[in-house]
Amino acid sequence: MAKFGRKGKGGVPEVSTASLPDIVFMLLFFFMVSTVMRETTLKIEQHLPGATEVKKLEKKSLVSYINIGKPKGTFQTMYGTEPRIQLNDAFAKVADIRNYITAEREKMDENERPLMTVSLKVDDKTKMGVIVDVKQELRKASALKINYSTRKVEAIE
Amino acid sequence: MPKRPTGEFSAASMADIAFLLLIFFLVATTMDIDSGLSRQMSPYDPDAKNDDKIKERNVYVVLINSSDQILVEGKQMNILNLREEAKKFIVNPESKDNLPEKRPVEIDYFGEVMVSKGIISLQNDRGTSYGAYIKVQNELAAAYNEVREGVAMQKFGKHFEDLIKEKQDAVKKYYPQIISEAEPKNIGGN
Repeated sequence: MAKFGRKGKGGVPEVSTASLPDIVFMLLFFFMVSTVMRETTLKIEQHLPGATEVKKLEKKSLVSYINIGKPKGTFQTMYGTEPRIQLNDAFAKVADIRNYITAEREKMDENERPLMTVSLKVDDKTKMGVIVDVKQELRKASALKINYSTRKVEAIE
Repeated sequence: MPKRPTGEFSAASMADIAFLLLIFFLVATTMDIDSGLSRQMSPYDPDAKNDDKIKERNVYVVLINSSDQILVEGKQMNILNLREEAKKFIVNPESKDNLPEKRPVEIDYFGEVMVSKGIISLQNDRGTSYGAYIKVQNELAAAYNEVREGVAMQKFGKHFEDLIKEKQDAVKKYYPQIISEAEPKNIGGN
């Protein structure tokens, strides 16, 4: 049997915690710089499709979002499992989109309004029917610049 | 005035405060930068009549049915072959009779060149899944990007991404991306 000798009596010196705030502040600044504020809480399941030819959206202030997907677990009792549209924090109908676009447009600077982009964040299992209706509604609201939100992947499977 | 004690104060709680802030930012922020495929839709016009005749050879018909199968120009195709086939349609290097016509166009940097009249027509069913639709959109975009990259390398010796905006626009005019989306049909049901 090997013997493990005990090191000097009560000899472990305390680790200095003086640099701990510095380390934590460093982490804090990293997160402050590299992240953006979460704007909405998703009430739907959203697994974005992958694509290789993606481009980044330039200006966040010019982008409005439309989320489409199957309601998450707790909402399924009320809203069912068919894909639903979520605008801001609430479920909406196709007919609500025009008002939403108008409201979003009102928030922007007048000279930036033509550059408005609508980002469609859609779950990849959604059927095209609802998306077509949404696109038709966007055309009626003359929000013609759209962006299909996707994940960046190296090759499609 | 009472004298305030000067000198050291305890920095022990500093770490706690910083941790608190850190956790707040972790919870309240997201890291994802939005990216995706950008498209420009045509304005809504309920009276628009679609009676302008386009020759059959100038249209590349891509259909996606409700079980996500792809039919290109009347033949079923695997998604993996779509990019190469679409490139053949866009470039038409040998000016074949069954591929799109070309017309002379004056473009900056290029002078007068022959530009294809080809249009890609994409049609989907209401029952098509969004994932399949995006895959097809992605492959078509990739086909255009690859032929543009080719001409950018050949003409300017640079990647398309690295060109200045005027040159990029010229290349875009050389291979205009025209993807027309017809109103979807409801054949396969939802």
